[in-house]
Amino acid sequence: MKERILKILENNGNLTVKQLAVLLDVSEDTVRDEISRMKKEGVILGFNTVIDWEKTERQLVNALIEVKVHPKKERGFDEVAERISSLEQVTGCYLMSGGFDLTVMVEGKDFKEIAMFVAEKLAVIDGVLSTSTHFVLKKYKDGGVHFVNKVQDDREAIVL
Amino acid sequence: MIKLNISSVPASGIRKYFDLVNEMEDVISLGIGEPDFVTPSTVMQAAHTAMNRGHTHYSSNMGFLSLREEISEYMQSRYQLSYSPKDEILVTVGASEAIDLAMRCLLGPGDEVIIPEPSFVAYKGCATFTGASVVSVDLDADHKFKLSAEKLEKAITDKTRVIIFPFPNNPTGSIMRKEEMAEIVEVVKDKDLIIISDEIYSELTYNGDHVSIASFDSIKDKTLVINGFSKAYAMTGWRLGYACGNKELILAMNKIHQYAIMCAPSLAQYAAMEALKNGADDVRYMVEKYNQRRRVLVNGFNEIGLDCFELEGAFYAFPSIKNTGMTSDEFCEKLLKEQHVLVVPGSAFGECGEGYVRATYASSIDNIIEALERIDRFLKNRTNNKVKR
Repeated sequence: MKERILKILENNGNLTVKQLAVLLDVSEDTVRDEISRMKKEGVILGFNTVIDWEKTERQLVNALIEVKVHPKKERGFDEVAERISSLEQVTGCYLMSGGFDLTVMVEGKDFKEIAMFVAEKLAVIDGVLSTSTHFVLKKYKDGGVHFVNKVQDDREAIVL
Repeated sequence: MIKLNISSVPASGIRKYFDLVNEMEDVISLGIGEPDFVTPSTVMQAAHTAMNRGHTHYSSNMGFLSLREEISEYMQSRYQLSYSPKDEILVTVGASEAIDLAMRCLLGPGDEVIIPEPSFVAYKGCATFTGASVVSVDLDADHKFKLSAEKLEKAITDKTRVIIFPFPNNPTGSIMRKEEMAEIVEVVKDKDLIIISDEIYSELTYNGDHVSIASFDSIKDKTLVINGFSKAYAMTGWRLGYACGNKELILAMNKIHQYAIMCAPSLAQYAAMEALKNGADDVRYMVEKYNQRRRVLVNGFNEIGLDCFELEGAFYAFPSIKNTGMTSDEFCEKLLKEQHVLVVPGSAFGECGEGYVRATYASSIDNIIEALERIDRFLKNRTNNKVKR
């Protein structure tokens, strides 16, 4: 049941308990209980809305920053990663395999703000050895949602 | 200039809605009877590969033997039906061509064909083109739009040459269970006629697997099973179907097919082979999605006051709109104009479909929920207006 609920919520986070119950052919209580249990267990961590800010007044720039880190004794990368994650501008932080250690996703209102963020907040963190910043120029898909060429219903009318 | 049995068939009643839709923006269409899914990628890849290898020629008239072998295996493993790939299976341009071919082989002036209604509009059309008379059997919501042996028996005369058996049904979503079919079999088994079993929605059932009426040995030889790739594998545009039946009928159908069509498109045939070989998981995925949407749509209709029985197959809901006081046609036209939601009047599928509308759930959950909200608003606006007066 858990997995069935999650599979739907993953892409349709705004469905009501009632709608989920109908979709899955179970009682509303079952859905409610399962969801609240999963929230408690930390399986469901939150609900987001996927927004194309480009279509609004708000200016927004995203960047992906490759960070090389000097791991700490005993705590490895976790301590630095948690400090970075706690920064307001950071929208994502992942430990990576390969040529660098952390991928940090940030957003800011313009290039300058992100540059300042890197210089003043990120690079100065104890343990951060180097950073390499890549700006996002265009979003094609984010959070599982298409941003360009949003798939439209272009089926033609046919008599049948 | 045009022959009477062609000109006497009216243009489809659905056409005018599509013309209206074209002038509007923001329409949610629950009108079109085709999957919203795109053909599974493995199937498309197979067509690409065939194309790149230069497999761009005709197939044999009856379709590639390798495809017919796949179909034969599928019919055996999925429905326990045995057909020889050599001369009992014909690959056609959609299931629709198979329907037309069969009727042309079996019907002519003076013959009668029994068509349960409401049902797919092509049966009546194709039958009339042959000059045969259509005998409609009206199905009703009280019996979940199932065909009863009693009704069928009453409709059979000594002129009856063909019975159309269209389950899972478009537009009602009704299915026939094995024990219900057993009663039908009793009625027809000693009669000299052919049952055309249109099973194009056979993969889309939601409370247990589809059973083919041809699986009754006593009538297998007089049953023509028609199926295809459009609905199960989301391959409507590929235009590929097939017919399975006794050798005599299949070879007769092939005679028309070879002169009129020559062969079904070969690239689509390569794609279809892949669909049968490796498409089962994709079908399962789509069926699960349809099933979720089905529950949302049926539940939604019942909640906003349009009675809808629990349909078990295809991807259509067929709610009653009788309590609105409108005809099906009025309902659909006003709903489209006022709330920009397209559903199709039940009357387009036979007179007894009056008082119902067909809504397909081959559309995203978001669309279905939004459409239900709009229909609810549409109904509330009308009751409010009545109160004000």
